[in-house]
Amino acid sequence: MNIASLHASDPAHFAGGGRAARTRRTYSTRFALAALTAGSLLLAGCSGSAGAEGDDGQPQKGGVLKVAYDTDPQCVDGQQVGYNVTLNITRQITDSLTDQDPKTGEIKPWLAQSWDVSDDAKTFTFHLRDGVKFHDGTDFTSASVKENFEAIRDLGAKASIGQTYIDGLKSIDTPDKQTVTFTFDQPNAQFLQATSTMNLGFYSSKTLEQTPEQRCTGDLVGTGAFTLEKVEHDKAITLKRNDDYDWASSLAAHEGPAHLDGVEFSIVPEASVRNGSLLSGQVDVDTTVQSQDEQTLEAQGLDIVSRANPGVVYNLVPKTTGQIAEDEAVRKALNKGIDRQQLATVVSDHQAPATSVLAKSTPQYEDLSDLLAYDPDGAKKLLDDAGWKPGADGIRVKDGTKLTTTLTYWQDAPFLELVQQQLRTIGFDLQLEKKTIAEVTALQAEGKEDFTFGNLTRSDADILRNYFGANEQNSNARKPGEIDKVLARTTETLDEDARKADFTQATKLILDEGYSIPLVELTGIVGTGKNVHDFAFEASSRYQLHDTWLGGEQ
Amino acid sequence: MSLRFLASRLAQGLLVLWIAFTLSFFLLYWLPGDPVITMLGAGGELQSFDPAEVARLRAEFHLDQPLIVQYLFAFGSLLRFDLGTSIQAGTPVTEAIASALPSTLALAALALVIALLVGIIIAVSATLSRRPLLRDALAALPGLGVALPTFWVGLMLLQFFSFRLPLFPAVSDGTPAAIVLPAVTLAIPLSAIIAQVLFRSLQNAWVQPFVTTFHASGYTRLRLLLRQALPVALLPTLTMGGVLFGQALAGSVVVENVFSRQGLGRLAQTAVTGQDIPLVQGIVLFAAAVFVLVNLITDLSYPLLDPRLRAARRTRRTSTVTEAAHQERGSDVANPVPSSATAGSEGARA
Repeated sequence: MNIASLHASDPAHFAGGGRAARTRRTYSTRFALAALTAGSLLLAGCSGSAGAEGDDGQPQKGGVLKVAYDTDPQCVDGQQVGYNVTLNITRQITDSLTDQDPKTGEIKPWLAQSWDVSDDAKTFTFHLRDGVKFHDGTDFTSASVKENFEAIRDLGAKASIGQTYIDGLKSIDTPDKQTVTFTFDQPNAQFLQATSTMNLGFYSSKTLEQTPEQRCTGDLVGTGAFTLEKVEHDKAITLKRNDDYDWASSLAAHEGPAHLDGVEFSIVPEASVRNGSLLSGQVDVDTTVQSQDEQTLEAQGLDIVSRANPGVVYNLVPKTTGQIAEDEAVRKALNKGIDRQQLATVVSDHQAPATSVLAKSTPQYEDLSDLLAYDPDGAKKLLDDAGWKPGADGIRVKDGTKLTTTLTYWQDAPFLELVQQQLRTIGFDLQLEKKTIAEVTALQAEGKEDFTFGNLTRSDADILRNYFGANEQNSNARKPGEIDKVLARTTETLDEDARKADFTQATKLILDEGYSIPLVELTGIVGTGKNVHDFAFEASSRYQLHDTWLGGEQ
Repeated sequence: MSLRFLASRLAQGLLVLWIAFTLSFFLLYWLPGDPVITMLGAGGELQSFDPAEVARLRAEFHLDQPLIVQYLFAFGSLLRFDLGTSIQAGTPVTEAIASALPSTLALAALALVIALLVGIIIAVSATLSRRPLLRDALAALPGLGVALPTFWVGLMLLQFFSFRLPLFPAVSDGTPAAIVLPAVTLAIPLSAIIAQVLFRSLQNAWVQPFVTTFHASGYTRLRLLLRQALPVALLPTLTMGGVLFGQALAGSVVVENVFSRQGLGRLAQTAVTGQDIPLVQGIVLFAAAVFVLVNLITDLSYPLLDPRLRAARRTRRTSTVTEAAHQERGSDVANPVPSSATAGSEGARA
C-alpha cells in the first residue's frame, strides 16, 4: 500500500489535495459529497487507482510530458527567484533536506533521514542519507549542504526568499560527512519547514562556482529526479530523467527513477492556444487554464487539477503611512463592506473566497470566516461614527478629504472590479489601475500608496510573521505591538498545536485592526490530458513530477 | 557610385542610430518603474526589499548615477559595441539578440516570399481582369488584408489547421512545418502592402501608349503584363523595403506570441514588460540599424536596377539619387518605357 493511495483514500483529505491525488481539488462544499464518494470507492479498490476516468493505476514507464507554460521563467535558478514557473522546474531538478506532506503539513525525511532540534529552536542537526549523488556524479554530503547555504547567504538580495529562511544563521558545522548542524542567533522554528522548500534545494560545487547570471541561464546540476538538459529562452525548457535516482522523498509513491523519460515545458503565452493545444492533444498539461475554458475541458473529459497556494491569500494590505489607510475605522469598514461569497461567482469554480488571511491549504490554517462576514450596515456605521459623511456623489468625506484611493495591481484579478462596486455602496471609492508588474513592484517598494494588493505563497504560517511582523517586512508600517509578541512566540517552538494557536491569535489581531482585507484564495488551475496520471502538487502547490506517468488514452 | 555619396549616406545612417539610441534611452528612463526592484521581485508576490541590497544592485547597473552620467556611460559602452547585460536574464544583450534573430529572420524571409507571390498574383489579376466587379473585389483585398488583425488571423489559422485538422503544430517545435502558419499570418499584411503599391503602378503602366503598341504587335495581355509592365512596376515596390521590414518586425511581436515562437518580437515584448532597459535599447538599436541598412541597400541598388536613374545622375549632378528615387516613387511609373529597351540604350551608351 503506497502513501499516495492512503492520502487519496482519506475523504477528509481528498479535497485538500494529497501528493498524488489526481482529480479536481476544490474546497467548495458542493464537491464534498463527490469527494466522499470517490474516497469510499478508493477504499473499496485500495490499489491507488484514483483516476476519475478509471484507469488501472499501474504506472507505466516512458514518454515525455509536454507542459505548456504561460510565461518564460527569465531565470531557472530557484535559489535566486521565486516565480512559480521557475520553482516548478527547480523542484524536479533539486531535492531538499526534508519534504512536507501537502495533506497534513508534517515535515518528512528526504535527503535527511532524521533531525534533532534543540529545545530553544536555535540549533538544527540533520542526519543525511548515504549514497546521494549530483547529476555530475559527485557525492552529496554535509559539505554540499554547507556550501549551498553559504552560497544562498552570499547571493544577498538575489536570493530574497532564501534570505528570510536563514535570517540570523550563525554557523553551519559538519562534524562528519552525514551530519550537518545549523545554529541560529535567535529561535527560528520556521527553519525546519524551510528546509523542505526548493528555494533551499542543492546544487553541485561546480554549479556554485558559476556566477548568478550563468546559473539563471541553466547551468544547474542538482540531485533531483530530472536533469536540466536545455533552456531555450521564450521557447522551451527540457528535462531528462535521472536514471541513477534512488533517493526519492519518503512521501513519494514509488522508489527509484521517475516514470517519465523527460519533461518539456514549452512557453505558450496565448491562453487560447494553450487550451486548443491541450484539447487537440498537442500538449499534455496546460498550467494556466482560464476560467472560461474550464467547462469545455471538463465536458471533453479532461481533468482540471487545482490546489490553492498556501500562505497569505489575495488581500488588500493597508499601509498606515497613508492618510486613508491610517484610519482604523476605514480599514475595519472595508472588511465588513466586502461580500466574499459574491466574489466567488466571478472567479473559477476551483477557487474559493478567503476565509482567513491564510489560505486553507496552509498547515496552520483556521477558519475565521466569522470575522469576515458581510455587514454593509456595520461598515457604514463605523464610517459614520469616525466622521466620514456621505458627500453629494455618495463618496464619503471627512475634513475635506474624500474617501478615495487608487490601487495599482498587475495580476489577472477581475474580482477587484466587483470589490470596487461593493465598496462604492458603503461610500468608499476604490480606483483601480492595472499596470505592468515592473511598475507595480516599484510603486510598492516606494511605499507611498495607501493599499497594496497581492498574495504570498508559503506552506507555513510563518509567512504572516514575515509579512505583517513589525520587525520583519512590516507591510502595514505599524509600530510594534501585541501582534508581534504573539508572532515572536511562534518562532520559539516546534510544537505544531502551540504554533497554530499563536498564528490563529495573530491572524485574529490582524483582522481585528483591519491590517489585512482578505479577498479570495489564489489557486493554480491546471488542465491535464486524459493520458496524464498522478500529476501532483507538493505542499507549496508547485508540481512534483516524480510519480507522474503517461499512459492509456491519448 | 561615388564614395562621397556612400559616405554621406553612412553618416546619415549613424545619425539615425544615435537619435534612436538617445530617444529610447531617455524614454525608458523616464518610464515609471525600477528595473532592480523588478529583478528582485519574487514572482510578483507581495514583498519588501532590503534598501541596502537594492542600493548595491543599483550601483552595479550604474542606476545610482545622475541621468547624464548614465547616458554617457551607456553611450561609451555602445561605442565599444558593448550593449550591456540583460537585467532579467543576466545574459549579454548581444547574445540574447543573436539567439533570437535566426528564428525571426527565417519567419520574416518566408513571409516576404509568400507576400511577394500573393501580392503579385492579386495585383496582376486585378489589372488583367476585364470585369469591373471582379477587379474591384480584387483591388479591395489589400485594404482588407491590412485591416485584419494579425492576432485574430493567427488564432483562426490555428483553429482550423492545427486544432481541428492536425496539419501543423500549434506550438513551434522546431520542425519545418511549424513555420508555415506563422509565416502565412505575417505575410497577409505584407502582401496587402505589396499588392496595393503594385496594383497602382500596374494601372499607371497599363494606360501608357506602349501598351497599345505592344498589344498591336501581337503580344497577349498576360505576356505583355508579365514581360514588360511588371518589371517596371516592381521598382516602386522595392523602395518599400524599409517599410516592409518595419511591418515584418512589428508583426513578429504578435505572430511570435500567438505561435509561441522564439524571436526578436517575443524578446522585445518580454523586455518591455519587464522593463529590461539594456535589452530594450539593444533591440531598438538593432532594429534601427537594420532599417538604415535596408534603406541604404535599396538606395544603392536602385540605380543598378533602373538605368534611367544612372542617366539622371549623370546629367543632373546636383540631384542625388535619392531625390530621383523619390520622384520616381511619387509619380509611380511616369515614363514606363519597357525596361529592356532602356537597359539596351543605356548599355549602348556605356
